[in-house]
Amino acid sequence: MESTIERHTIAVLVDNEPGVLARVIGLFSGRGYNIESLTVAEVDPQDSRSRITVVTTGTPMVIEQIKAQLDRLVPVHRVSDLTMQGPHVERELALVKVVSSGDKRVEALRIADIFRASVVDSTIDSFVFEMTGKTDKLNAFVKLMEPLGLVDISRTGVVAIARGKEGM
Amino acid sequence: MASEQLTGSEIVLRALVDQDVDVIFGYPGGAVLPIYDALYQQNSLRHILVRQEAGAVHAAEGYARSTGKVGVVLVTSGPGATNAVTGLTDALMDSIPLVCLTGQVPTHLIGNDAFQEADTTGITRPCTKHNYLVKSIEELPRVMHEAFYIAKSGRPGPVVVDLPKDILQAMGAYTPPNGGQHKSYRPQVKGDLNRIREAVALIAEAKRPIFYCGGGVINSGKAASQLLTEFVRLTGYPCTATLMGLGCYPASDRQFLGMLGMHGTYEANLAMHDCDVMINVGARFDDRVTGKLTEFSPGSKKIHIDIDPSSINKNVHVDLPVVGDVAHVIEVMIKEWKARQYQPDQKALAAWWKQIDQWRSRDCLKYHQDGELIKPQYAIERLYELTKDRETYITTEVGQHQMWAAQFYKFEKPNRWMTSGGLGTMGYGLPAAMGVQIGHPDALVIDVAGEASVIMNIQEMSTIAQYRLPVKVFILNNEYMGMVRQWQELLHGGRYAESYMASLPDFVQLAESFHAVGLRAERPDQVDDVIKEMIACDKAVIADILVDKAENCFPMIPSGAAHNEMLLGPDDKAKPVSEEGMVLV
Ligand SMILES: Cc1ncc(C[n+]2csc(CCOP(=O)(O)OP(=O)(O)O)c2C)c(N)n1
Ligand SMILES: [Mg+2]
Repeated sequence: MESTIERHTIAVLVDNEPGVLARVIGLFSGRGYNIESLTVAEVDPQDSRSRITVVTTGTPMVIEQIKAQLDRLVPVHRVSDLTMQGPHVERELALVKVVSSGDKRVEALRIADIFRASVVDSTIDSFVFEMTGKTDKLNAFVKLMEPLGLVDISRTGVVAIARGKEGM
Repeated sequence: MASEQLTGSEIVLRALVDQDVDVIFGYPGGAVLPIYDALYQQNSLRHILVRQEAGAVHAAEGYARSTGKVGVVLVTSGPGATNAVTGLTDALMDSIPLVCLTGQVPTHLIGNDAFQEADTTGITRPCTKHNYLVKSIEELPRVMHEAFYIAKSGRPGPVVVDLPKDILQAMGAYTPPNGGQHKSYRPQVKGDLNRIREAVALIAEAKRPIFYCGGGVINSGKAASQLLTEFVRLTGYPCTATLMGLGCYPASDRQFLGMLGMHGTYEANLAMHDCDVMINVGARFDDRVTGKLTEFSPGSKKIHIDIDPSSINKNVHVDLPVVGDVAHVIEVMIKEWKARQYQPDQKALAAWWKQIDQWRSRDCLKYHQDGELIKPQYAIERLYELTKDRETYITTEVGQHQMWAAQFYKFEKPNRWMTSGGLGTMGYGLPAAMGVQIGHPDALVIDVAGEASVIMNIQEMSTIAQYRLPVKVFILNNEYMGMVRQWQELLHGGRYAESYMASLPDFVQLAESFHAVGLRAERPDQVDDVIKEMIACDKAVIADILVDKAENCFPMIPSGAAHNEMLLGPDDKAKPVSEEGMVLV
């Protein structure tokens, strides 16, 4: 049996009704699937639809199960495996708070500049950086901030969309 | 024009009537009193008052599985709803269509830990196909109709509708069913034609084929069983069924190999192991069926027909999945088979049957009825012989008696066999029999029971008395949780921890105290008389059959073993169960 663990980004279009997120999360916890990240927001207020982006890992058989189980939920309209479907864009946003002074403060600002992070709040001895990018890039930035006075991080988790002209 | 205004309770009942419901199994309480008040003032719906909500759900399951209709349950908030949870889980596992209406505290009190408040939709989310908390009177009619559509379409299952008391008392307009339109839920009924063609071609080429049929055939409706039977006969191939599938193909037919799985027949399991093409029709490769997964039917190409895409490739990788309703798919398969004038390889088939007949000649279900003790297998065999010519429905509890009933009672038709398969719920059989009897007032309905299981919902004898239901309870009384004792004997060195049932009631007196008739058989020569008397009696009966306490249920595939490592009887020494096997349930 093939049992390589793969990482997949899955988009789920759901009816924005009470409990729908609990159904999705309950499915993952109840069946022992992994959630690396999960984001959700309404994307079509008129039809009251939300889009959930979930990044998960598992063997190909487990990934297939996850998609089938998601699709089986009554309020789910579509399930699309962006990783399988080919080229797609993944982005995540992070707010990173760094408290330091002197050289460390200067260095933090310099690195933020290299990473194209912007300063969205600052005091005499702190910055809040906002940064958007792929998960890897955010991870790298956070790692560099660690010795420079990192005190707090808030991340959105991954949102993703397929490249090209087709919609979901 | 303003449409007619009804109360929420009236809307609920109107929807039930429009959904073709004629009976509800329920138990009242504060939160659902408005519905009971409305029930009191109408004549279209019959209400059966159970003695515990668990009984209501199992009764609705028995009703649903024997009639093919949706079973309806009505319980109050809090403890009423939580008592229903086991039955809902049972119905989910066995794909039984139910709609369970639960009372809820008024909307403005939700979340306040109000009296008899429970987060019913939260609790039942993982044990229902879908659930609703109704938050406005406007959505009530739509939700009611949707609940029925979801419960019965696609892969059937239980649906909970949680009804806050203020909604039941509010005024609103009723709207009739819309014919099953849903914005996101669309089960796939028709199978893909190309896939079906490929499957039929593969079936036609098989040298050592087997049909492996499950509860999906029963759920697909009576036509599915007829079509399946036609197709199996057309091919001349052997056919086996799961516990849930019994009755989908006539058990007395030569092509039927009996049940497969942990306590299935030698011939069915070996045929599964050695086949070259497996045709899974509405079964789900459950662990009770597959045994050790890595050694499950290693050399076969597998076709899997299932209405639920999530059943495909869940436990076992299949080569050719066909997603769709069994009746539709098999119907197309038959057409395809006939149109292309497929002829199976008769020479290969003859050799395969020769092999199967050799396995069959081991007579794996044989037992010896000698001496003074009643063998449980004998009791079931006699029950079958003496009831087979009647319109008989069998329910069971869970344990050895359940397996003996599955092995020794031959089901010729679908919907005649009601058992808790996926969840294995002790206490299922008695209330289920009650529900079956409500659906089939003139039929002979028998709960084949164990003495331990039946006590779990024995209170329903009182419901049976109230509605004068002639339900028969046929207890294979071994004074043990026999199945537990068997595992302890085979796997735990004969240390019978807590599996002996001390201080059992006198079941004859118990029957009498519930206004039923109590009978007892202690010796083999009394069995027939007791069964005949039980059948002849027009009241409810508990027949207490005192059976050999030490009898074990064979054949048996020990946990973690493969199909070809089956134990045939007490003299067959098992390989010690592997560590892997010991952790399995
Ligand atoms: C509600 C519930 N609790 C526990 C079990 C575990 N269990 C399976 S079979 C069994 C014993 C059943 O005894 P009995 O009803 O006398 O049947 P027998 O095996 O003796 O025929 C038990 C305890 C179960 N299946 N269901
Ligand atoms: Mg017992």
